Amino acid sequence: MAEQHKSEFSNPLINWIDTRLPIFTMMQKEYGTFPTPKNFNYFWNFGALAMVTMMIMIATGIFLAMNYQPNAELAFGSIQHIMRDVNFGWLLRYVHQNGASMFFIVTYIHIFRGMYYGSYKSPRELLWMIGVVILLIMMATAFMGYVLPWGQMSYWGATVITNLFSAFPIVGKPIVTWLWGGFSVDNATLNRFFSLHYLLPFVLVGVVFLHVAALHVVGSNNPLGIDVKSPQDTLPFHPYYTVKDSVGLCVFLLIYAILVFFAPNFLGDANNFIPANPLQTPADIVPEWYFLPYYAILRSVPNKLLGVCMMFGSILILFVLPWLDTSRVRSARFRPIYRQLIWVWVVAVIVLGICGAHKPEGIWVVLSRIGTLYYYLHFLVILPILGKLERPLPLPESISRPVIGGGGPVPSGATARPMEKA
Amino acid sequence: MADSTAAVADHGHPDVTKRDFLKLVTGAAAGISAAAAAWAFIDYMNPSRDVLALSAIEVDLTPIVAGQGITVLWQGKPIFVRHRTDKEIKEAEDVQMSQLIEPQPDSQRVKAGHDQWIVLIGICTHLGCVPLGNKPTDPRGDWGGWFCPCHGSQYDTSGRVRHGPAPLNLFLPPYAFESDTKVKIG
Amino acid sequence: MMRRLHHLLAAVLFAAAAPAWAQDAPTPPAQRWSFDGPFGSYDLAAAQRGFQVYSEVCSVCHGMQFLHYRDLAGIGLTEDQIKAIAAAVTVPQGVNDQANRAAHNGALPPDLSLIVNAREGHADYVYALLTGFADPPPGMQMQDGMNFNKYFPGHQIAMPPPLQDGRVTYADGTPATVEQMSHDVVTFLTWAANPEMVERKQIGWRWVLFFLIMAGLTYGVKRKVWADVH
Repeated sequence: MAEQHKSEFSNPLINWIDTRLPIFTMMQKEYGTFPTPKNFNYFWNFGALAMVTMMIMIATGIFLAMNYQPNAELAFGSIQHIMRDVNFGWLLRYVHQNGASMFFIVTYIHIFRGMYYGSYKSPRELLWMIGVVILLIMMATAFMGYVLPWGQMSYWGATVITNLFSAFPIVGKPIVTWLWGGFSVDNATLNRFFSLHYLLPFVLVGVVFLHVAALHVVGSNNPLGIDVKSPQDTLPFHPYYTVKDSVGLCVFLLIYAILVFFAPNFLGDANNFIPANPLQTPADIVPEWYFLPYYAILRSVPNKLLGVCMMFGSILILFVLPWLDTSRVRSARFRPIYRQLIWVWVVAVIVLGICGAHKPEGIWVVLSRIGTLYYYLHFLVILPILGKLERPLPLPESISRPVIGGGGPVPSGATARPMEKA
Repeated sequence: MADSTAAVADHGHPDVTKRDFLKLVTGAAAGISAAAAAWAFIDYMNPSRDVLALSAIEVDLTPIVAGQGITVLWQGKPIFVRHRTDKEIKEAEDVQMSQLIEPQPDSQRVKAGHDQWIVLIGICTHLGCVPLGNKPTDPRGDWGGWFCPCHGSQYDTSGRVRHGPAPLNLFLPPYAFESDTKVKIG
Repeated sequence: MMRRLHHLLAAVLFAAAAPAWAQDAPTPPAQRWSFDGPFGSYDLAAAQRGFQVYSEVCSVCHGMQFLHYRDLAGIGLTEDQIKAIAAAVTVPQGVNDQANRAAHNGALPPDLSLIVNAREGHADYVYALLTGFADPPPGMQMQDGMNFNKYFPGHQIAMPPPLQDGRVTYADGTPATVEQMSHDVVTFLTWAANPEMVERKQIGWRWVLFFLIMAGLTYGVKRKVWADVH
C-alpha cells in the first residue's frame, strides 16, 4: 500500500478528506502560501477577473439554457419569454450578454499586460501559448453564442463568417456545407451551435487549469521583469493578493453593474432585436465590438482567401510572439523604445476596431489597410529588429531592493550590472 | 504581521479586535451580497409568470347537463367536473360511513348549495392512472362513479373509493364557485 | 510623444462618432422622456394613453406578439380592465404575411413589441418618424404608393401617416395632437420593449452603491494587510 499523504489541518473533517485527496493541501499551496512577487501592480488583477467572469458566464449560461429553445422557430421567442416572464430572467440574460463584453475587456487588458511586461518570454512561452488557445476558444464560444438569439445580426453574422471558409480552394464549399449542416445557416446550424456553445466553456475551464498550472511551475512575472531572487522578493498569495484582487473585483463589478443595470444594450446592435429574416439583409453587418479589429483586417484585403488568412493570422501570430521578440529584457519599463511603440500598436488595433464598425469604403479602407500593415509590421519587423538594436535601461538588482523603503541603500555596482537574460 | 496572518488564516474565527472590525464588516457585506445574488438564480427557477397565469382556470358549467361530466386540464392534471343527477346525489348522501374504505361524508366533498357539482382530481389514488367515467361510453363501475382500468379500482358518485386496490378517495382540487355557472379551479 | 499620441487617439475617436447607418437620414432630435437617465421611470398615464393609440390606430396593421394582455398590469391597468380589453378583441382569420404585404404596398408592417430597441435612435427615432411625415421637397421623385418622411432612411416609407390631430379621443381629456399621440405611443412602446426597466434601475442603484462602498472597504482592508510591506 502506498504511503498516505500526511495532512495537518486542525479541522478533523478537512483532514480526513485531505489525507485521501489532498485538495486542501493543494489549495493551500497554490492559492494560500504560494510565493508571489511583492511588486505587482493592478494589471496583475486581470487574470483573476477573467476567471471570475468565466464562472459568472457559466453560471448564468446554465440557467438561461433551462429556458432557451435552440430551434429556429422558437429561439427568439424563448429569449423574450426569459426577458418578460421568467423571474429575474432579464437580469441573467443581461448579465450573460454583457458578461461576454466584460470577459473580452479583461482578457484584452490581461494580454496587454503580458505583452508590455514580457510575460511571454522564457520560461513562460508555453503559458503564453495556452493563453492564446484560451483566446481562440473564447472567440469561438462568443461567436456561436451571438447566433443563438436568432436575430437579424445573429443570422447574417453567422452567414458572413461561415461563408468565409468557402475561400479555401477545393475543400472550401464542402466545409461550409458541413459546418451549416445544410445549404444555408438554418435550424441545423443553430442546434449544433447551441450544443458547442454549451460545451466549449467547460473545455475552457480545463485549458484555464492548464494555464494556471503552467504559471505555477515557473511563478509569476512582475512589473520589473526580473526573476525572483529570494523569498524576500515575494509574499504569500493569501492574504496579500486575495485582498488586493478583491479591490479590483469590486471596481470590475461596479463597471459591470453600471452596464447591466443602466445601459444593457449599449454595446449591442439594434438589428438583433429583429427576428432573423433570410430574405432581408441588414444595411450593415457588424460583429460585436470585440471582433471589430479582426473584421477590419478581413475586409482590408481585396482577395477573399488572403483576407481570411490575414484575419486568422493576426491571432495565430501571437503564438510565435516569444520567438519574434528578440529582446533579452522582459519588461517594457526598461525598454525605452518598445514602451512607446507598443502604444502605437495599441492605437493601430483601436483604429482597426473603429474601421470595422464602418462600411468598407473611402477613408475607412485606407485606414484599415494602414492598420493591418502596421499590426503585422509590429510583430514581423519591429519586434525582431528592436530586440537587437534597442539599448535597454539597466535592470535593478532585485525586486525587494526598489520596493522596501522607497529605494534603500543601493550597492554602487547596481547600475552597472549586466542585463538579465530573459 | 504574524498576528494578522494567523488571525485571518484561522478560517472564520478572526479575533474581533478594532483593526479586524473592518475585515468583519467587509466579509459580512460580501456574504450578504452573495446571498442576494444567489437568490436571483434560485428565484429564476420558480414558476415563470406565464405558468403562474395558468395556475388557476375558470370552467363554464352551462354546457354540462345533468348526468354528464367533462375533463379539464389544471396544472397539468386532469380534473373531473360532473353534473350529478338527483338520484346520484341521493346515492352519495345515503352511504353508511362503515361501508367506505376511507370514510368521508358526501357533504365534505361538495360545496354547500352546489351539491350537484362534484369536482375531483382525476388521478387514481392507487398508482396514478386516469379513471374512466366521464365520456358517455365509459364504464362507470358498480357504484356509478368512475372505474380505473389499470387495476380495477372503483369510485362512487362522490369520488370515494369503494373497491380497491386504491386506498384513498379521489382528491379534491382547490376550487370555488364564482357564480352558479362558473367555477374557478386553483 | 505620449501626449501627441493621446491627442491623435482623441481625434480618431471623435471622427468615429458618426456611425455608418445614419448617413442617409438626419439624426432624430433628442426628446425628453420620463424614462431617460438612471432615475427614469414610465409615465403610466402617458403609457395608458399610448396603449389606446396603439389599439385604435396601430394594431390595425402592426402586431405585438410578445406582449400578453396580463402584462398590461405593468402600465397600471386593473385586472378587470385587462379582462374587458381581452374580451373585446377578435382574432382576424386567414391573415398571413403574404396577405399583409399585399395590403400594405409590399412592405410587411413590423411587429411593435421591440421596435423601440430595434431602431437606432430608439424612442427619439420612433417619435421623429411619427411626426416626420411631410410633403416631399420640390424635385423629389416619389415611388408609387410611398410617403415622404424626414427621418426614415431613404425618406420613402410605405406606411402612410398614421396620426392626425384628434384621431383618438383620450379618456382623460388630454388634447390628442399628433405630437401628443406620438409621445404617448412611444412611451407605451418603450415600456412594451423594456417592461423590466424600472425594477432594473432600482436594483441597479443598490448594487452600484454597494460596489462603491465595497471598493472602499476592501481598499481599506488591503491597506491594513499591506501596511507592513509598504
